[in-house]
Amino acid sequence: MDNDDRRVRVTRRTVLESGTATAALMLTGFPEVALSAEPLSDKAVAPVAVDLQINGQSHTLHLDPRTTLLDALREHLALTGSKKGCDHGQCGACTVLLDGRRINSCLTLAVMHDGQSITTIEGLADGATLHPLQAAFIAHDGCQCGYCTSGQICSAAGMLGESRAGMPSYVTADLAEARPELTDAEIRERMSGNICRCAAYPNIVAAIREAAGTPT
Amino acid sequence: MKAFTYERAETITRAAAAAVKPGTKFIAGGTNLLDLMKLQVETPSQLVDINRLPLDKIEDTSDGGLRIGATVRNSDLAADPRVRRRYGVLSRALLSGASAQLRNKATTGGNLLQRTRCYYFYDVTKPCNKREPGSGCAALGGFNRIHAVLGTSELCIATHPSDMAVAMRALDANVETLDAEGKARSIPIADFHRFPARTPQIETMLKPGEIVTAVTLPPPPPGTQIYRKVRDRASYAFALVSVAAIVDAAGGRIRSARLAFGGLASKPWRVAQAEERLAGASADAEAFDGAANAVLDGARGYGHNDFKVPLARRTLRAVLTEATRA
Repeated sequence: MDNDDRRVRVTRRTVLESGTATAALMLTGFPEVALSAEPLSDKAVAPVAVDLQINGQSHTLHLDPRTTLLDALREHLALTGSKKGCDHGQCGACTVLLDGRRINSCLTLAVMHDGQSITTIEGLADGATLHPLQAAFIAHDGCQCGYCTSGQICSAAGMLGESRAGMPSYVTADLAEARPELTDAEIRERMSGNICRCAAYPNIVAAIREAAGTPT
Repeated sequence: MKAFTYERAETITRAAAAAVKPGTKFIAGGTNLLDLMKLQVETPSQLVDINRLPLDKIEDTSDGGLRIGATVRNSDLAADPRVRRRYGVLSRALLSGASAQLRNKATTGGNLLQRTRCYYFYDVTKPCNKREPGSGCAALGGFNRIHAVLGTSELCIATHPSDMAVAMRALDANVETLDAEGKARSIPIADFHRFPARTPQIETMLKPGEIVTAVTLPPPPPGTQIYRKVRDRASYAFALVSVAAIVDAAGGRIRSARLAFGGLASKPWRVAQAEERLAGASADAEAFDGAANAVLDGARGYGHNDFKVPLARRTLRAVLTEATRA
């Protein structure tokens, strides 16, 4: 288990470092048009300054207003843990926490979040200590190809917060109940915005069930 | 996505005034608008961000109802203790819609103003009278399984996809707005959405620049509240048919009933005659069928969606059976 944890950590850090280097090159060296499929005539938009608090760090970016929060994270900050699956809010791979609440980062513009606080998968662990959900996903093998995993984990983190705050779901029998019990049926319903094409759902539910019992 | 300028509105009046400029769209949650902008179904030249306007409160009204600000998130509205206790049909309808991530962003006003999920409206290579007036309707002779069976026209058979609006229709909600001159008005939700008729591109009663500021709910009527949604998968799918019902019944007799339907038309569907037939009737299959006949009077399928007519009838019967169970 300890070895597994370390391996995951090292891999993530390696990816992050190389990602940062690539992004720096892109930001300074590549013509802007190469980053986008937009026609040139549509590029004449003045950049807008945006301050984002991401994983506790302040970042000032100058962005085309069209830049989604997901693209700001991935293309401008090299935080590639948040994935682009469908880019239309249907798959949940891009899920991040905005002021603690889970959202699809592909369906919102970065400029709309000036001054707000965003937590991505890169910000969930406490230094070398994995977030309980990350540890539980490893323990229960909650990933197969892994592409949806960061979205699943961020979504589950938001979901557990909602559940602890007493929010109901569509399958909650009594809506007036102050704190509905987090059964497997509740977990499945509450996680329906995260699609896993490998269908690792039983293990994802098991991981979340375990993490739900772990205080954070 | 086409280029646009972005402006954050500081006051409601300024937002409405800025939006008089052609090509302007308000953006709140953005979950539907940005989706459509990526596909270039929507190509606004200016976005006015209304997220920081003080429209995010749910307040008690003096008559015992609720006033829901236009930018209250769907998740917050569904979880509000007053809504859960007194307007369960609304809470359940909201929770049946979209995913938790989307509900954390989507707003009350935006939910009302969301566009149809008609495949051909979304596909800019296909004719669509709603997206491009006069170009034709590819759904009429195409795949129309999700389309409307009531209130259609020869130009458009799209449905309104909202669950929330269906519950609000059963609750007799009012939509409050402010226009570019700063004048407020209140529009009954029954009148807010339009039939396609000759102008399917005009979907609501809103004028250019007019901004939805709130939705008000009168005090809840007596009775059991149910929202039942029938769809292709158990979660995270649009309704093929949905029913919002508020039924007051005792001892096998119905005192009053309110019934609103989703998935059938360009707006939440509600028929007064159906409710009149149920008032005072005994809670039995004959009465339920009579109500269904009134609701579905004039309904017609377009091929793939023929099933919606019997599905609506059976869903109504199931809901009324549940609501009148002793």
